[in-house]
Amino acid sequence: MRALRSPVVAAVAVAAALTVVSGCAAKSDGKGGKGVIEVTASDSACELSADTFPAGHVRFAVQNKGAKVTEVYVYAPGDRIVTERENIGPGTRAEITAEIKPGHYEVACKPGMKGNGIRKKVTADGKGADAKRDPRLDAAVAAYRTYVQREADRTLPAAQKFADAVRAGDVEKAKETYALSRVGWERTEPVAESFGDIDPKVDVRADGLEDGQKWTGWHRLEKSLWQDKKITADDKKLAAQLMTDLKDWQKRVGTADITPTSMANGAKELLDEVATGKVTGEEERYSHTDLVDFQGNVEGAQKAYELLKPVVSKNDPELAKELDRQFKAIHTQLDDHRDKGSADGFVAYDTVGKDARKKLSDSVNALAEPLSKLAAAVAVTK
Amino acid sequence: MTEPVDERPAERSPEAEKAAPSRRKLLGWGGAGLALGAVAAGGTATAMRSGDTAPADADAAAGAAVPFHGAHQAGIATAVQDRLHFAAFDVTTDDREALISLLKEWTKAAAAMTAGDAVGDGAVGGLAEAPPDDTGEALGLPPSRLTLTFGVGPTLFAKDGKDRFGIKDRRPDALIDLPQFPGDNLDKARSGGDLCVQACADDPQVAVHAIRNLARIGFGKVAIRWSQLGFGKTSSTTPGAQTPRNMFGFKDGTENVAGDDPKSLEAHVWVPTSEAKGDAAWLAGGSYLVARRIRMHIETWDRTSLKEQEDVFGRDKAEGAPAGRTHERDAAHLPSMLPTAHVRLAHPDSNGGIRILRRGYSFTDGTDGLGRLDAGLFFLAYQRDVRHGFVPLQRKLARHDALNEYIQHVGSAVFAVPPGVRDTADWWGRALFTSA
Repeated sequence: MRALRSPVVAAVAVAAALTVVSGCAAKSDGKGGKGVIEVTASDSACELSADTFPAGHVRFAVQNKGAKVTEVYVYAPGDRIVTERENIGPGTRAEITAEIKPGHYEVACKPGMKGNGIRKKVTADGKGADAKRDPRLDAAVAAYRTYVQREADRTLPAAQKFADAVRAGDVEKAKETYALSRVGWERTEPVAESFGDIDPKVDVRADGLEDGQKWTGWHRLEKSLWQDKKITADDKKLAAQLMTDLKDWQKRVGTADITPTSMANGAKELLDEVATGKVTGEEERYSHTDLVDFQGNVEGAQKAYELLKPVVSKNDPELAKELDRQFKAIHTQLDDHRDKGSADGFVAYDTVGKDARKKLSDSVNALAEPLSKLAAAVAVTK
Repeated sequence: MTEPVDERPAERSPEAEKAAPSRRKLLGWGGAGLALGAVAAGGTATAMRSGDTAPADADAAAGAAVPFHGAHQAGIATAVQDRLHFAAFDVTTDDREALISLLKEWTKAAAAMTAGDAVGDGAVGGLAEAPPDDTGEALGLPPSRLTLTFGVGPTLFAKDGKDRFGIKDRRPDALIDLPQFPGDNLDKARSGGDLCVQACADDPQVAVHAIRNLARIGFGKVAIRWSQLGFGKTSSTTPGAQTPRNMFGFKDGTENVAGDDPKSLEAHVWVPTSEAKGDAAWLAGGSYLVARRIRMHIETWDRTSLKEQEDVFGRDKAEGAPAGRTHERDAAHLPSMLPTAHVRLAHPDSNGGIRILRRGYSFTDGTDGLGRLDAGLFFLAYQRDVRHGFVPLQRKLARHDALNEYIQHVGSAVFAVPPGVRDTADWWGRALFTSA
């Protein structure tokens, strides 16, 4: 859960800019005309009629000549999905249209609708197209995107267990599965939060509600389970709604506009989350499962850092050393609070005393301070 | 004034001046604040000089800079500033080199901030993607006579018997763990500390800015253990000036060691070379600091009759005159006071001539949840040897002082305060961490 803050990755704006306008524009122009890129997909190839085209309103006319159902993606660097079309059956045609900014892209045909697909590099010509890119950073962004998607994919079954328990009215089972259902979300929170509409539905706390906003999501159910100690009919509906909202997140997370800088800032923000919400025990005020979130936030930040590390080690080796040291130190701190008997692996945070919380807080500061320098270390390429 | 001499008024290169806007320069740009602007125009090195006997309050009004470098640390004999932010730190690293590099970085930042400059590359104008080096809330403010005074606590030398940084043998004999005094109700979370920094300034924002930035630089190596804000000086080291009143409404500490009295400073405050021998030689020219958070029971005091209040102190409330006298600075006639009167018990004549340099501040940290002010005196005293200074004095006061009914000591710490940072190559604790 975050307080009122502008999203790191402006996914909403990006979505608007790249809105697929497949409807009327495509029809009025007919097929195969000028300015249309023919994509011939088969089970083993992905042929394009042109690998360079003017930026702007671009149409891809896809023909599936293979035997498998295919899908076609247009990726921006770092594997951000610009547009995609799934379920293109054998022998059928489909058209994809998008606003494409000047730059380098990849078109992927995915026979069988899986894997990385068969990729073709394309260029949208126009002002700004030749901005120099660092392939190491593009690779980091692509790998991070894969990580974020995987975390979302993993969250669904974990959340389903929780939702099922709620729907079955099983308070104990729901309590056991609650914290674990949140791990993937906590690891990738800044990306999830970039979709301004999902976070307030699934992760809002009582104190984050706006006037007239209905309280939904994990924390509402947390309150029912731990404070009210009962599951109401409304809670069961909320559990179903949570799954719907999480599926929406899973589906959209690949379109988030992720840059090396937003990755680095996201890592810092994850530590901010720990500093303002978890160390204080505010995030999980009823369940006291803050340490599970704490670890998730740290792991997500560490993932972003590890992926950026090849560049950071070169640009600012001292910073890399310090971050390695502090990530190690914070895990050691967390290890002091593990509990094998607990469903989520940690002791309840209300049993963590003032001195121990102070130590955790010191470790968070020790890590967050150098982490705040990560963005600059990847923004300036040496 | 026996302020440290700064023979290097132009220690910042012209390039550095250009690169980072100094706070003083920003003042000039603003065009506002003529009084402050005049100070800026007056130059940077006019603040205070060795042997300058003019009352320091003239400088206080100016908000000028107090020289950072000198034989003794500033912030001890310096005319007491209006505001305090005191911080005690735990050292969280066990890496001696990391600690040393922090102390060097701290010293650099302290020199900049006391001169009215920003830390590092400044608060603005840096990389857009990076958080600025300086936190920025002191931009546009004058140096405000900021002093940063650094000390080391007993636990830096050894903790739980462990020689943490290879300096166990360098702990001076006089850096004792303070004994438990009758009536002490010490909160561990407000006591002790491996390191301390006392930030005093005439503007609270400047003092808080200094501690905030030092804490930030220290993340990962040190962590603030506790800190205390003080808003009203309770003692003066300038006899010409009016003695300030404490939260009980009384003037106290009239017999303080004066900052412009080198003889008294040598006798009572600075550690002489003769007492800083062998492994403790690093402390020559330094001092010892005792910090006590003394909670005052404000509400019960306020219900006490004027007569009793005056009897408790042994002074008249209006003038601050000792019992039976007319003016504050009249010689105290101790037999005129009750045997339990605060002034009588604390007076040098009752203690074989013991004097300490007091530099305390009043504090009010809001209320305590029971509707009572959480207020009192944050007592700071510098002395040549704690064993012949604060300890015997407090032993006596804790047993007999009539004031005890209205106060309680709730925090306590003791530090050895190294001598001054000599020049730009020197750093806080250098003599302690390097061989002589």
